[in-house]
Amino acid sequence: MSSLSLWEQIEPLLAGVQKPARYIGCEEGAVEPAHAPHKVAWLLLYPDSYEVGLPNQGLQILYEILNERDDAVAERSYAPWVDMERSLRARGLPLFSLETHRPAAAFDLLAFNLSAELVYTNVLNCVDLAGVPVRAAERRPDDPLVCAGGHCAFNPEPLADFVDLFVMGDGEEVIAEITEVVGEWKASGRTEGSREHVLRELSKVPGVYVPSMYDVEYDGERLVAVTPRYPDVPATVEKRTIADLADFPYPRQQLVPLTEVVHDRLNVEIFRGCTRGCRFCQAGMITRPVRERPAAQVRQMVSDGLKRTGYDEVSLTSLSSADYSGIDEVVGGIINDPACGGQVSVSLPSLRVDAYTVGIASEIAKVRRTGLTFAPEGGTWRIRQVISKLIREEDLYGAVESAFSEGWQRVKLYFLTGLPTETDEDTNGILELARNCVTIGRKHSNRVSVVASVGGFVPKPHTPFQWFGQNTVEELTRKIHLLKDGARHAKGVQLKWHDPKATLAEGIASRGDRRIGKVIETVWRRGGTFQEWSEFFDVALWTEAMAEHGLSLDWYVYRHRTEDEVLPWDHISAGLHKDFLWQDWQDALHEHGTPDCRWTPCYDCGACTGFGIEHVVASATPPAGGSQGTGQDLASGGFVPVELVGTRRA
Amino acid sequence: MRLRFRFSKVGKIRWTSHRDLARMWERAFRRVELPLAYTVGFSPRPKVSFGLALPTGYESVAEYLDVELDPSRVAGIDVFALPPLLSAALPAGVDVTAAAVIDDKSLSLQHEVTSSEWDVEFAAGTDAARLRELAGEALAATALVVTRERKGHAVEEDVRPAILSLTVVETTGVAPTLLAELAAQPRALRPSEMLAAVAPDATVVRVRRLTQWISRADGAREEPLAAALPPDALADAPPAIELERV
Repeated sequence: MSSLSLWEQIEPLLAGVQKPARYIGCEEGAVEPAHAPHKVAWLLLYPDSYEVGLPNQGLQILYEILNERDDAVAERSYAPWVDMERSLRARGLPLFSLETHRPAAAFDLLAFNLSAELVYTNVLNCVDLAGVPVRAAERRPDDPLVCAGGHCAFNPEPLADFVDLFVMGDGEEVIAEITEVVGEWKASGRTEGSREHVLRELSKVPGVYVPSMYDVEYDGERLVAVTPRYPDVPATVEKRTIADLADFPYPRQQLVPLTEVVHDRLNVEIFRGCTRGCRFCQAGMITRPVRERPAAQVRQMVSDGLKRTGYDEVSLTSLSSADYSGIDEVVGGIINDPACGGQVSVSLPSLRVDAYTVGIASEIAKVRRTGLTFAPEGGTWRIRQVISKLIREEDLYGAVESAFSEGWQRVKLYFLTGLPTETDEDTNGILELARNCVTIGRKHSNRVSVVASVGGFVPKPHTPFQWFGQNTVEELTRKIHLLKDGARHAKGVQLKWHDPKATLAEGIASRGDRRIGKVIETVWRRGGTFQEWSEFFDVALWTEAMAEHGLSLDWYVYRHRTEDEVLPWDHISAGLHKDFLWQDWQDALHEHGTPDCRWTPCYDCGACTGFGIEHVVASATPPAGGSQGTGQDLASGGFVPVELVGTRRA
Repeated sequence: MRLRFRFSKVGKIRWTSHRDLARMWERAFRRVELPLAYTVGFSPRPKVSFGLALPTGYESVAEYLDVELDPSRVAGIDVFALPPLLSAALPAGVDVTAAAVIDDKSLSLQHEVTSSEWDVEFAAGTDAARLRELAGEALAATALVVTRERKGHAVEEDVRPAILSLTVVETTGVAPTLLAELAAQPRALRPSEMLAAVAPDATVVRVRRLTQWISRADGAREEPLAAALPPDALADAPPAIELERV
């Protein structure tokens, strides 16, 4: 089947494009699968550049699971950079896979990972570059099925016109079921009319949503209902959840890129899900419950992975890695393991804000001390209760004190602005916190700096803030000016902010309904690809497309939603009860934070009970040293046990 | 203790950069657990030094790399066994073809290598006679001035002295190739710069470095691995070994 390879035509283009290594494949861990008529061929696509997409763990997990099957093969592709796209189009060449360089349209499925809304136009571009009609309704039986999963799939409606099937939740198990259904379709010869049939069969697979099997009804601007067209198509699509991470020790063969990518290190997922309950965080809400990987398996995956890849850095990934039960033993085990060569650094993304965490961080960052990042998210205790990010100032100052005393010179703080109920006092509180951190640092060194990085808040589906009207560009800009003015007089504080216009575009796609599809298509047709990249982002493409299609920014982005309203993603379930989310939204408005349910009684969000599974944690004891939502003393001024673990090795 | 390796870089992997290659080597050294010496300081780096950078997209069967080992941990290292071990730890297309201990005092590859021999493959249909004519003209010229960008400024440079030899090779039925020896000192002339001056309109499909040379004062020349072994070091150091490429 190597006759399908386009390599001979692609290679001559490589001398004329930036970073040609993005298009050659050949990574350690990559496989060149043997295609066969009885095997379902998946092309796993990350709709952003190779450097951003390659490290994606979700894609790598599915890649391995599929290639281990006898009835499937999987290859990968990423959005070609603009220079490569031009070269391909100029020569009439299609999008291709990296392993065997065959045309994308020769696969049975094009499966996209949706990790951010601003990549939607790249999805359309990749489908088009594959030579496949971008609109699902125009596809023929010989066209591949276009599939999408990942966090953004939880509001599938903006892409409903372009994607044949969406997958909700964990993909590890459901891809097998999809493979079987598609395999039968393939064996049947994909005859005329069979596409509708296979999609209907797929819509019955739990966790799969086939938008063409649903009718959407509107009353003016208002969405009335999304209803199945057939009795055997489910009215609500429930997400898939794997009960035990220990059953899936993937990736076993993490891809080692030949060229520079983001997160270029070994990644080992230590748990999935998060119960911190931060109300702005979609990832935390839709991935519940918490499922920890057994410590022994973590250690095994780390030591095997380091040996196999030659990396000298491992990241223990999750949504809040310091919350892993017994994180200090696991980390200590890695850095003191002679099998790891004694030269290994460990990184913990998403550090919890407390001194205990810094203690761990200082143990593991033996040599490379770049900077520490904390995410208090809100400037005052009041707003942090609204968003349920229950970090008290004492936690932050304790963490920062430890960091500076342990020799760090730079601390980065992440904040959101445009949050529900936010006042100028809350906004200015961001600077206040940053200034106080500098003061703490100056006791240790005159060179310390604090970076306050401020992002504009975009309300996300399946969170308590899904009803909240996003701040306008003007309001976000005003708040950033407020901060910029204040930062001028704040020595040692460096302010960074996200473009409010990009926040608007993200807001359009985040909570849009099916009508937003036309906007995405228009933006794409006018060349609006790589909208995640500031050099290509153009807000005018979005606002003009909205106006052209008679859609109002106020309706889709800025207005508050009402309790009785049908939300565009109501027929998709992440397990969370809508009345729980509404109650949590009301609690937010009353400035009442919700503690982490791992250590406090269950408040029945629905994620565990609905699926008959529970949090899988190795320890029932809250992690030491943090008050944040652990059910410990939450009153301001209450006791926080701050203690550094272990001693740093010389 | 210092080791020198010779390796090739052929096939798809040629599209990786010199920096990419450095990272591949660092990972390979860790995978085979070769005890490298590290620099001291804030951010310790292994003491690895590459020779002349190979431009992205070019192939080579004559790349070199020197590494320094941690003197406290060299006992028991079998230099003979390293090439196949390292080849297995490196990506497909990067193969280690020789390894030897070199004198601790030998000059760096960047300083020692005086020229490189290149094989330039042209597109099918390239006129060999015309190519020969162009090569002849270039060799007969007393100066070949090209303009190139340097630190944002256009500078003129005579590349003729750096062109040591040009030979057009014709084989019936295939496109002609050009064998070129280009000087590496005082700076290495790239094949692309030579081609811009000699045959700017020809379409090149592949460039491969065949040899790197170290010229001695007496006119003799050697490849870096052989040249780096002083006679008295040979007695206690294992000799360079060659691996047959299959």
